[in-house]
Amino acid sequence: MSTDSLTVAAAAALDAILERHGRRPEQLLQVLREIQEHAGHVPDAAQLRIARALGLPLSRVRGVIGFYAFLSPVPWGRYRVLFSDNITDRMQGNLELLDHLCRRLLLEPGRMSEDGLVSVDTTSCTGLCDQGPGLLVNGWAIPGISRERLDVIADLILEGRPVTAWPAELFAIADNVRRAGMLLDNDLRPGDALRAALARGDLSEVEQAANTRSWREANMAPPQGPVATLNEIRAANLRGRGGAGFTTAYKWESCRNAQGEQRYVVCNADEGEPGTFKDRVLLASHADLVFEGMTVCAYVVGAGRGFLYLRGEYRYLLEPLEAVLTRRRRDGLLGKDILGIPGFSFDIDIHLGAGAYVCGEESALIESLEGKRGIPRNRPPYPVTHGYLKHPTTVNNVETFCAAALIAARGGEWYRATGTAKSAGTKLMSVAGDCALPGIYEVPFGTTVAELLEMAGAEHTQAVQISGPSGTCIGVDEFQRRIAFEDLATAGAFTIFDDSRDMFEVARNYAHFFAHESCGFCTPCRVGTAILKATMDKIHEGRGAPCDLHEIAQLDDVLHQSAHCGLGHTACNPTLDTLKRFRPVYDRHLDHLDFEPAFDLDGALRRARQMTGRDDADAHLDGEPAP
Amino acid sequence: MTDQPTFTLDGEEIPFAEGQTVLQAALTADVYIPHLCYHPEFKPHGSCKVCTIRADGRNAAACTLPARAGMAVESASDALNGLRKVLVQMLFAEGNHFCPACEASGDCQLQALGYDLQVTTAGFRHFYPVRPVDASHPELWLDFNRCILCELCVRASNEVDGKSVFGLSGRGAGKHLIVNALSGRLADTDIAVTDKAVEVCPVGVILKKRDGFAVPIGQRRFDRSPISAQAARDAPRAARGSKEDA
Repeated sequence: MSTDSLTVAAAAALDAILERHGRRPEQLLQVLREIQEHAGHVPDAAQLRIARALGLPLSRVRGVIGFYAFLSPVPWGRYRVLFSDNITDRMQGNLELLDHLCRRLLLEPGRMSEDGLVSVDTTSCTGLCDQGPGLLVNGWAIPGISRERLDVIADLILEGRPVTAWPAELFAIADNVRRAGMLLDNDLRPGDALRAALARGDLSEVEQAANTRSWREANMAPPQGPVATLNEIRAANLRGRGGAGFTTAYKWESCRNAQGEQRYVVCNADEGEPGTFKDRVLLASHADLVFEGMTVCAYVVGAGRGFLYLRGEYRYLLEPLEAVLTRRRRDGLLGKDILGIPGFSFDIDIHLGAGAYVCGEESALIESLEGKRGIPRNRPPYPVTHGYLKHPTTVNNVETFCAAALIAARGGEWYRATGTAKSAGTKLMSVAGDCALPGIYEVPFGTTVAELLEMAGAEHTQAVQISGPSGTCIGVDEFQRRIAFEDLATAGAFTIFDDSRDMFEVARNYAHFFAHESCGFCTPCRVGTAILKATMDKIHEGRGAPCDLHEIAQLDDVLHQSAHCGLGHTACNPTLDTLKRFRPVYDRHLDHLDFEPAFDLDGALRRARQMTGRDDADAHLDGEPAP
Repeated sequence: MTDQPTFTLDGEEIPFAEGQTVLQAALTADVYIPHLCYHPEFKPHGSCKVCTIRADGRNAAACTLPARAGMAVESASDALNGLRKVLVQMLFAEGNHFCPACEASGDCQLQALGYDLQVTTAGFRHFYPVRPVDASHPELWLDFNRCILCELCVRASNEVDGKSVFGLSGRGAGKHLIVNALSGRLADTDIAVTDKAVEVCPVGVILKKRDGFAVPIGQRRFDRSPISAQAARDAPRAARGSKEDA
């Protein structure tokens, strides 16, 4: 595709995409993502056409392309291979494998081949940690990479075979459910939770719509029971499963009571926390439960429209999820007058992300849904009152909606019987790293780290990273701690490191991750994560000194005090956690000096020595000739 | 004034109007809180974080935090000024700032804040980013080396000039200012020398050509008196009028 003008066919394809999205500016990211998939990049001419069609300045279109890792204004090659670069992928040898593929294809990492055929690079965690290392080819996920599989992939690329025609076996992704509980073992059929919620209405107090402009006002009688269902969610003491643990009933009630003509329900399936993959399994095998939970939420808060925001790395789930939505529409579980209840109309669209971890933050996710750069908003106001297009919006995690559906079906008391006092129910844990049985474990809240390690067959464990890099890293003496909001709150990542691992390198990998994923909006995070990364690299290169550790402590203080969102607040956590618990590992990396410059002073003279042909003692800073 | 709600700022009563943020109310009352990305004519942004204050025990950006009656705000403490100093140092380390040779020297808010907060070194290793200058426009030039990503030009061009000449691309340390032209060059945008966006840059990124030393260094705005003594002058005049009347 030329940069000056689009071919007739390309223009027609672009117009069809624009048309399908109603030429609405909030669809910008979806339009760009589809062009990227169709053409391999978003050429200048397409950018101009999109800007005109959506009534946006070109700078806005370019700003969005520049923000998301999976969009590009220039070609990356007909095949774009991205190796997942989480610490678990590292432990499984992803870099050696990347090197192997590059040698097979005669490529340099990060650079497109001269013939425009292929490029190979790394990307943040793709959510395949239990069957890694993982990679994406043109956005399609492939697990369990080995040299043998890479040889097959290299041949397919060199043959020029379209990815859609590659053997399906390459793309087979397992659920690896090792332990199921009330959620994964549920025997609900599609619609059961909704029917139970509707039936509960007969027993409840009269519906009192706080917002007179909602659809509920049109419901003359009998009371349909959104309040009764909200009461069950409250009785269950359900707390959000995204990590923060906000009380779900309070969030739903706030949204329900907010003034607005239209309400939205958003499912946050931007599972980007390195080491987490439980939402992937829920979406692959329990999509009905997810959508049912969203519909229950819509019923409670009075929403007419919902979005599933699916991370770009889970692109392969799009068509199966669309098929579930289509079936649910056909069965009267979505669409107009759901289950025959007049006015209970709700439908769900799927929006795909394009590679930006920060979009997991709910206000950044809403910005992204609106087709913008995913920058966390200033709060207040909160999404429950000013969310999608400034309308009241409830945003919950995939697992939260599943739990809500269970509660709607079985009741709050039933749900609360499992778990601990402040953490009701079960938690899905994404277990990966050094253990015999990586995969998904559904455990009641209150389960200890030691118990989970035992179940997973982990041996010689020295550390567990709970809830990914933004969570906590604990050592052996803390393995009796419990998975619960009272103790170790978690979004679900459980990454195990045995005593052969260098915990400094674990922290360094996470520092790189945060620097790569910082949105760059605020000074402390944009600059601080970059400094942290450079300092960890300096220590890695053997040029660290105690003053560097002081600098990291200072950075942590500044980020905690002033960063705009959680990404910045937690960016130094993995470093400080490991520094506190595994200090000797750092000391081994440090030069025992007060100060060590980042560059090699004597080495800087090497070129001058070479040019002057002099290599005597006086030509060296330390007075020693080179060995 | 008696029925106006108030909060305390470092112990002093500050009256505020409904909808004002802490920084807006403070500036209206002629009390200075250091800031960079805030400008009274534009919607608060909250990105530089230099105006971070402590309100009822929690840190927040004063420019975006809505004022609440009875709130206890702390701003001029050593701890908060220490934090601000580090943030300013971070901005110096991130870009390529060379004050002695900069056309904006003496008119630059980053430099002026640096003086106020006693910044004597960047404190961190410099990033030395490669940011080529755009000198394509006949009357203006862009020296991206000094950009602190405050987005004031973006907001001014959108909200006042109605042109959207500026935008941002990239993310993290790769975030950068872009202009609204297919070529990426300022000459191909519809910017005018008289645009608000040209006037509003707090550092030396958007500069007029052949205008560099019209006012000699030593006689410029922040050469005459420190930024802390002048910032309230930029506060909305109508709001200040009410105080002067009182």
